[in-house]
Amino acid sequence: MTVMNMIQALNSAHDVMMERDKRVVALGEDVGYFGGVFRVTEGLQRKYGASRAFDTPISENGIVAAAIGMAAYGLRPVAEIQFADYIYPAFDQLVSEAARVRYRTASEWSLPLTIRSPYGGGIFGGQTHSQSPEALFAHVAGLKTVIPSNPYDAKGLLIAAIEDDDPVLFFEPKRIYNGPFDGFFDRPVTPWAKHPQAEVPDGHYTVPIGKAAVVREGGDLTILAYGTMVHVVLATVAAEGVDAEVIDLRTILPVDIETIEASVRKTGRCVVVHEATRTGGFGAELSALVQERCFYHLEAPVQRATGFDTPYPHSLEWAYFPGPVRIGTAIRKALED
Amino acid sequence: MNDQPERPNRPALSLHVPEPEARPGDEADFSHLDIPPAGSVRRPDPHAPARETHDLVFTLVRVLDEEGKAVGPWDPKLDPETLRRILRDMMLVRVYDDRMYRAQRQGKTSFYMKSTGEEAVAVAATHALDRDDMTFPTYRQQGILIARDYPLVQMMCQVYSNRGDPIKGRQLPIMYASKDHGFFTISGNLATQYPQAVGWAMASAISGDSRIASAYIGDGSTAEGDFHAACTFAAVYRAPVILNIVNNQWAISSFSGIAGAELTTFAARAVGYGIAGLRVDGNDALAVYAATRWAADRTRANLGPTLIELFTYRVEGHSTSDDPSVYRPQDAASKWPLGDPIRRLKQHLLALGEWDEERQAALETELGETVRAAQKQAEKQGTLVTSTIDFPQDVRTMFEDVFAEMPWHLKEQQAQMVAELAAKRK
Ligand SMILES: Cc1ncc(C[n+]2csc(CCOP(=O)(O)OP(=O)(O)O)c2C)c(N)n1
Ligand SMILES: [Mg+2]
Repeated sequence: MTVMNMIQALNSAHDVMMERDKRVVALGEDVGYFGGVFRVTEGLQRKYGASRAFDTPISENGIVAAAIGMAAYGLRPVAEIQFADYIYPAFDQLVSEAARVRYRTASEWSLPLTIRSPYGGGIFGGQTHSQSPEALFAHVAGLKTVIPSNPYDAKGLLIAAIEDDDPVLFFEPKRIYNGPFDGFFDRPVTPWAKHPQAEVPDGHYTVPIGKAAVVREGGDLTILAYGTMVHVVLATVAAEGVDAEVIDLRTILPVDIETIEASVRKTGRCVVVHEATRTGGFGAELSALVQERCFYHLEAPVQRATGFDTPYPHSLEWAYFPGPVRIGTAIRKALED
Repeated sequence: MNDQPERPNRPALSLHVPEPEARPGDEADFSHLDIPPAGSVRRPDPHAPARETHDLVFTLVRVLDEEGKAVGPWDPKLDPETLRRILRDMMLVRVYDDRMYRAQRQGKTSFYMKSTGEEAVAVAATHALDRDDMTFPTYRQQGILIARDYPLVQMMCQVYSNRGDPIKGRQLPIMYASKDHGFFTISGNLATQYPQAVGWAMASAISGDSRIASAYIGDGSTAEGDFHAACTFAAVYRAPVILNIVNNQWAISSFSGIAGAELTTFAARAVGYGIAGLRVDGNDALAVYAATRWAADRTRANLGPTLIELFTYRVEGHSTSDDPSVYRPQDAASKWPLGDPIRRLKQHLLALGEWDEERQAALETELGETVRAAQKQAEKQGTLVTSTIDFPQDVRTMFEDVFAEMPWHLKEQQAQMVAELAAKRK
């Protein structure tokens, strides 16, 4: 066990897998010599050589397409898209190709590839370093989407993604790379070292894709969240003094419906939280699922606390970000109705 | 891995991954560069067929020699007034960059990007265009705005995302936009502006206009598909556009070899598209001016686009978030053989007898004061606020400009946000 922040845990996942399996290669913009702009791939080129950890040209569609080709050969590429905001040039390769190769070849080919990308706001990155595009990919048939919220899960989920035989999009909440930011932007962030989930095994382990975690048990209501928002929700729940059950989805698709259903049947109330824009966000899907499956257990409408439906602003970030006030309001509404 | 069949008679393949000549700890080495003497490169007629430029994509158009004399057929023969203006603008860009960089370090804003060493590619090129020609820049051509007299205070207000910011704090610092100055809104997403410039130019042609467009892209960003869309559209429709590639040899930590520069030049891309191409010393303001004017004359005559590689060097880090000492030799910038664009133009003016050290010193003082005064003005309108909700803008503006008319859901969200802030203030 070593205390790691999320970057170190992700780096360790690469290291463990590249050591064990020579089919695993890491690629992306600034990923090789430099080790990535967030240093997630630091040291890999030195250890495994330039043909297994390398810089790519600045072409996101090239990166994903090349990863598809490598996966078709039989490698297990782990490709970094430097920011999720820059994934759009690769949209066609992801949606029309990566997602469908298994289906259109009746499983003659599968694509064991992982696309990692830092996402989310809270860093004053403006509209091109802040977005949360997970719903766009969850909408596509054939892509798995994973979002960890702490170092332990980050490493275990990334290893699971690399070992998965299908394409996995792995979005990393960059706001909590170095510490579990809780949405109280005027308070210092406690470092990961103080967090139990920063104790990370040095070797190989997995956290299964498709399994949520109940990070706080409670009886008043169920709150569904993932990524940075898990920590914001926990801090809000503490501040509001409510006995909420907080579920960290960890995987967006396939979502762990059993854990969600069991919790909402117990509490009868549900709030869904994400940073991404509201309309057509993954919260809409979660809300629909809860309504379809738990309708007769619900005592109030499902509430959503999300980002607003504007491009991500620069200077007004703390008015945009779904922080404790927005989440607290949603919680109170879910409890009052 | 697929089970590899036995292939006893075939050699094992291996992957080539480009590496720069030198890394930290090594001495910077530019000896591999083939730099022709100033004045040695042929200047075709701007109306010549594109293929007559295709040997020029492998050389370097240079005008200023080691002594600061303007030599050869590309000398634009500018009057001293224009030369002094270009010098002044380049110096102003540098002072401005230093000042804003420092402001970021002082916590007054989130981010900054300098263009140190690359001032000529924006400033000299802009002076070679007409004032109403349109530009589609990257984040490193603040020199265009300065050359077009955009108010410094307003530039700073954008960097500070404050009350005076014309784009209401919506974008990261340096992502300016100004229709009046023919400066298209900067996108954080690389390369997108390149084919947009071609579209603007096509529109000018469709409309029987006489204005042309000038687009910029970095060496690294030429790898994006948008670069190739731009070149194809520009070639097919012979769009009135100048396609500039600023080859400053680095893309954050990746050297230009990762963008394909090991095997050929960026200018050579022109050959494949059948369009005119030039490769230019980007630290030679006169060469930049002359090449831009050549391409502008050509395209105004409906003869289509020119791809211009401006060969320069990114002297500083990529941005305030970058530390280049971990991926390239520390002495690289000082060893760069094409020198500094400001120093070279100053030397030229001195050689002409149109400038002297006193005027240089006076100009430096004046620009320093101008920038300091502008900064004071700008800061009166606030700096970026990151740890309070005392926002410089009226928060309601967040929901404006998403659409021309605000739909119901945005009105609701706007009201929700106002209520939230009231709750936070309590
Ligand atoms: C589509 C996209 N991918 C990646 C990035 C991240 N990024 C920002 S600048 C940059 C390097 C660009 O290098 P270059 O084109 O050479 O321009 P320079 O910074 O040298 O002026 C990268 C990779 C981005 N902004 N947009
Ligand atoms: Mg560059």
